[in-house]
Amino acid sequence: MITLKVNGRDHRVDAEPDTPLLYVLRDHLALNAAKFGCGLGQCGACTVIVDGKAVLSCVTPLVLLEGKQVTTLEGLGTTADPAPIQRAFLDEQAAQCGYCIAGMMMRAQALLMRNASPSDDEIRGELEPHLCRCGTHMRILRAIRRAAGLMNRAELAPESGADR
Amino acid sequence: MTRSGVIAGVLAALVLGGAAAVFAVVWRPAIDAIDPAQRTFANDLVKRGRTLAVIGNCSNCHTAPGAKDFAGAVAVPTPFGTVFSSNITPDADTGIGRWSEAAFRRAMRDGVDREGRHLYPTFPYDHFTNVSDEDDRALYAYLMTREPVRSAAPANRLSFPFDQRPLIAGWKLLRSATYHPDSSKGAEWNRGAYLVEGLAHCGACHTPRNALGGERASASFSGGDVDNWQAYAINAHSPSPVPWDADALFGYLRNGWHPDHGTARGPMAQVVANLSSVDPDDVRAIATYMAGVFGQPSPDHRRGAETVLAELKAMAGRASETNAAGAAIYAATCASCHESGRALPYGGINLALSTAVCGSDPRNLANIVLAGISPREGERSPIMPGFASSMTDGQIVAVLIYLRSRFSNQPAWTGVDQVVAEARRTQVAALRTAAASRQPPADLAQRDKP
Repeated sequence: MITLKVNGRDHRVDAEPDTPLLYVLRDHLALNAAKFGCGLGQCGACTVIVDGKAVLSCVTPLVLLEGKQVTTLEGLGTTADPAPIQRAFLDEQAAQCGYCIAGMMMRAQALLMRNASPSDDEIRGELEPHLCRCGTHMRILRAIRRAAGLMNRAELAPESGADR
Repeated sequence: MTRSGVIAGVLAALVLGGAAAVFAVVWRPAIDAIDPAQRTFANDLVKRGRTLAVIGNCSNCHTAPGAKDFAGAVAVPTPFGTVFSSNITPDADTGIGRWSEAAFRRAMRDGVDREGRHLYPTFPYDHFTNVSDEDDRALYAYLMTREPVRSAAPANRLSFPFDQRPLIAGWKLLRSATYHPDSSKGAEWNRGAYLVEGLAHCGACHTPRNALGGERASASFSGGDVDNWQAYAINAHSPSPVPWDADALFGYLRNGWHPDHGTARGPMAQVVANLSSVDPDDVRAIATYMAGVFGQPSPDHRRGAETVLAELKAMAGRASETNAAGAAIYAATCASCHESGRALPYGGINLALSTAVCGSDPRNLANIVLAGISPREGERSPIMPGFASSMTDGQIVAVLIYLRSRFSNQPAWTGVDQVVAEARRTQVAALRTAAASRQPPADLAQRDKP
């Protein structure tokens, strides 16, 4: 048994230490936002946040996660109360098939957490490991810029979060 | 004439003579500027120049990641300070647009710019001096037909006295010419020697340097340092578990990987990407010459290689009790690719064959664990995810120490934690930008396609 901290809660997981985090999230914890794409750490669909950094969960075995905090898309917000990054992707209708989008949002979230106003070049460079074959790239860029704006405004008005 | 008068006269003559000698060593005339609009070049010459520029790896130092080709301003760290590469586009004011072919040839041969200033040997004219007039002409034609880019390089950041260019003239006197054709060897060997010792300037990274920054002639190809990577010894001191031969060298230089040796990475990744697009005969020639430099493997080396290869066939994993954390990380994180038996380039090399694990320090291994290997667009290239975000320094240190004890018969490394911290500081950002923006300069039509 391994204890895994996901979205602020401890989970006791019965899995071997070489089990990829992605399998545990989807199969043990029913957190299905992170997707299986290539299984080789090459497409970005499985991206989650670990201790503030975007991590490819399909090539991250449990043994590396002791004492670390995992955040998935479910941990950012809900359908009823989406987080700024989710709100922005909805507003821009940035998903077509949507398979890659959860991973894109997680890496964008990690970027915005350490750089509140990234340039277009920085966003493009950061999302370089993510593949999308539908072609909503320009909307994805707009959504991330919009999310940066939403998050910056939220910071300027710290009380607004309590009203919701 | 009095005695003191004679002495004064002799002294004056000595001082004047000395000054004249220094002047002769240091002073170089300017070569007249030309009008850039006046030149035309034959297409064939330009084409040949492009291939030569690829073999010479010019873009590695003269094209900054994401910037215009050959516009320079790439920072080259040296023990004496930072030198910024020149703009070698034909821009008239900030590039070499006003250089005549004679001025270009003099720069290649003697390390002197058009105005007569001595160039720092970060520009490897100690090798380029071996390039033939004919090849210099083609390189000149190629560079003069590139897009001119207006961009002045930042001033070099060198401490006194290294900021004094006349001193470089003295440094040049210490050089020894390295290359002579050898009529006892075949044409292929001689072609390889010409390329390796000249334009390809392999020794610039793979030969250790002395206190004055010159290559140590007595230690040719014994290994050096570049951008916080270890450039391995590529002679009899090679740390590769399996000895290199001409066929393996050819495959590796051509494809970027070899099943008995693994994958080219770090600064070497750009070199093999370049060599994939040139005439295969030239790559074969380089391999033939370098196989001679490696020489026949010692009986010990050969026996070691046979043992390693036999063990791989048996896939006999040796358990390690001394480093449980490293063993567990290896088993969970690395082994699924590196022991999958899946062939390169999509499978990982068995680490018993890894030169990085057998190298004299863990830098290259730390760099590759952190940054991984990005796929190259449009070709069948090796891939590996980087673990910079998912592994702590402590976890990387544990796995490096484990890999060393399990997969090499070399003594344990020391200071692994400092090496990992330094690698994280220097490599991850650099490799990420390189992967995103650096394109191979020529088409990859000849490289292995999926």
